[in-house]
Amino acid sequence: MLTIKNLEACIEDKAILKGIHLNIKPGEVHAIMGPNGSGKSTLANILAGREEYQITAGSMHYQNVDLAPLTPDERAHLGLFLSFQYPVEIPGVSNLYLLKSALNAKRKHMGLEEIDAIDFLTVVREKMKLLHMDDSYLYRDVNSGFSGGEKKRNEILQLLLLEPSLCILDETDSGLDIDALRIVAEGINLMRNEKRSILLITHYQRLLDYIKPDVVHILSDGKIVAEGDYQLATVLEAEGYEPFLQKKAGD
Amino acid sequence: MTRPNETLETLLQQDYEHGFVTDIDTDTLPPGLNEDTIRAISAKKNEPEFMLAWRLKAYEYWRHLKEPHWAHLKYDPIDYQALSYYSAPKLKEGPKNLDEVDPKLIETYNKLGIPLKEQEWLAGVAVDAVFDSISVATTFKDKLNEMGIIFCSFSDAVQNHPDLVQQYLGSVVPHTDNFFASLNAAVFSDGSFVYIPPGVRCPMELSTYFRINARSTGQFERTLIIADKGSYVSYLEGCTAPQRDENQLHAAVVELVALDNAQIKYSTVQNWYPGDENGVGGIYNFVTKRAECRGHHSKISWTQVETGSAITWKYPSVVLKGDYSVGEFYSVALTNHHQQADTGTKMIHSGQHTKSTIIAKGISAGFAQNTYRGLVKVLAHADGAHNYTRCDSLLMGQHCGAHTFPYIESKNSRARIEHEASTSKISEDQLFYLAQRGIDTENAVSMIVNGFCKEVMKTLPMEFAVEARKLLGLSLEGSIG
Repeated sequence: MLTIKNLEACIEDKAILKGIHLNIKPGEVHAIMGPNGSGKSTLANILAGREEYQITAGSMHYQNVDLAPLTPDERAHLGLFLSFQYPVEIPGVSNLYLLKSALNAKRKHMGLEEIDAIDFLTVVREKMKLLHMDDSYLYRDVNSGFSGGEKKRNEILQLLLLEPSLCILDETDSGLDIDALRIVAEGINLMRNEKRSILLITHYQRLLDYIKPDVVHILSDGKIVAEGDYQLATVLEAEGYEPFLQKKAGD
Repeated sequence: MTRPNETLETLLQQDYEHGFVTDIDTDTLPPGLNEDTIRAISAKKNEPEFMLAWRLKAYEYWRHLKEPHWAHLKYDPIDYQALSYYSAPKLKEGPKNLDEVDPKLIETYNKLGIPLKEQEWLAGVAVDAVFDSISVATTFKDKLNEMGIIFCSFSDAVQNHPDLVQQYLGSVVPHTDNFFASLNAAVFSDGSFVYIPPGVRCPMELSTYFRINARSTGQFERTLIIADKGSYVSYLEGCTAPQRDENQLHAAVVELVALDNAQIKYSTVQNWYPGDENGVGGIYNFVTKRAECRGHHSKISWTQVETGSAITWKYPSVVLKGDYSVGEFYSVALTNHHQQADTGTKMIHSGQHTKSTIIAKGISAGFAQNTYRGLVKVLAHADGAHNYTRCDSLLMGQHCGAHTFPYIESKNSRARIEHEASTSKISEDQLFYLAQRGIDTENAVSMIVNGFCKEVMKTLPMEFAVEARKLLGLSLEGSIG
């Protein structure tokens, strides 16, 4: 599904990713963990097509399509979704308008008719109920004046609405209290099926208690230094990143 | 990953949608301006003596004026002797209804998406269409007539309602007002005239579409709207123009008068040819628009969406003479490529307990310069005056400029004057976020800009708002550098 080979990338001559290999099969949940500055968010942004990074080596293929030449919106239409670590505010644009435009952009790409306002409200309210969101979210400006937790919930709402085939969640757990984390995680778990892949990016094991990953990768200084199953996250939680970083230093 | 920018580049190069020229015989005066030109215009229009006298007075005054250059604008000198001051479509006889109108004119309107007949039947909008300098079609006249509403070309008003014209012409913008207004007073060929009688609420939006057509013809319209006591009118002005190589001067004057308890809402969507991507061609738009809240509790609102013209010099203003009168100015000025706009408003508080609101949104892209210039003036005896002003600028790319010149003159120490301003850029973060949700750059830019302008757009009448939204998107595509 997603195949990353020897990916190297830099920003303004500063190397950030130094040879990433990653292979995610349909239906799998992978977690990437790592300390600050290890390149986790960079990887998420590069997958989504953020412009300021330069890819210097390697390749990324999604559903056998080379991602590199595609614009961010083309990648989105392939089914790639990024839940942002810091969702962006768009003053004057209602959340409702954004959600509807995004869904219609997807439908248009699929050759479907635009969804009308009434049907859309029915669909979006159903999803909002799952996330314990009330109608007021629809009429507020996109992320403007949202708390950290509200922004993250709004990201997951978009995820539920757009039903992507690859979900990249960049530190979705940060800014969420325990109750909100549980609600958001339940929303994500509803999305799990044998076709949809999920890539979780996180500092902490906490999120992984709710969404059990099939594979855990530990990223340090732009490289994956350890891989394992869910147990690896437990080890990490107990011992910290230090042993893994030392291991890398000893290579 | 440079494709979004390339897309933007191509979108930026989009041709002006309404660029075409209608081939119609015109009755055009030779270039040049002197007393004889003015006598010729007045004679062609069969005007009464007071009109000719007023024109000549204005011309005499204008002759001694110098073109003003205080605005933040750059352009080559205009040779006023090289312009022709009168151009009218040749009509065998005055048309009595749309069927008698030159089919080619109708075709032009159809190209512009303004099918007059359909509008007459479907939209309920009375259109007084100005083609070059003369009105050729007026609709809904009869229905309005029944209510005592006068909505006609300025020429018709001069013929049929000379008393009203004589009473109000130049009472808001005198013939001595400024260089371009004086020139207009001397040579204006036509325009629109509206009179709403006391206590009448005009049942439909009155609408005039202007279109500059004849080559090298300065366009000098004059609009006069009078809302008598307790009346209400909403007036729409929308413009498009065919593509041109040389610059065209446009110096219109609009005068609005609201008497006691009357209300006027004046909305403009201006989309004249802005010049090509190198700044060649395009309309010079030097307009004087002023409104007077002459009666107590009167209210006048200007809403403008300015996307066209190579140069815009325009300050729709309100003189708040009546006690408890209200003035509003809502503006979106968008400049792209090499366009220049110096626009804003003046709110003159003279009556007691007067209130004004100014919301100005400036958007610049490409190499464009966008200036907000506003004056809030409170006279000594204007107790209880209150003004609120907000100016927001949005920049797209590295080469454009936004400037704000808010002047405040208060002679009354108890006046409340509030001013807020902001400048922001369309961020890569916003574009990336929307792109990640599958929304292409074109739509993302349009969405962000329309969000930025929301407060102004919502003051436009519904059908105009739809057109304006499209225009903003169209004018801005590809402006991220």
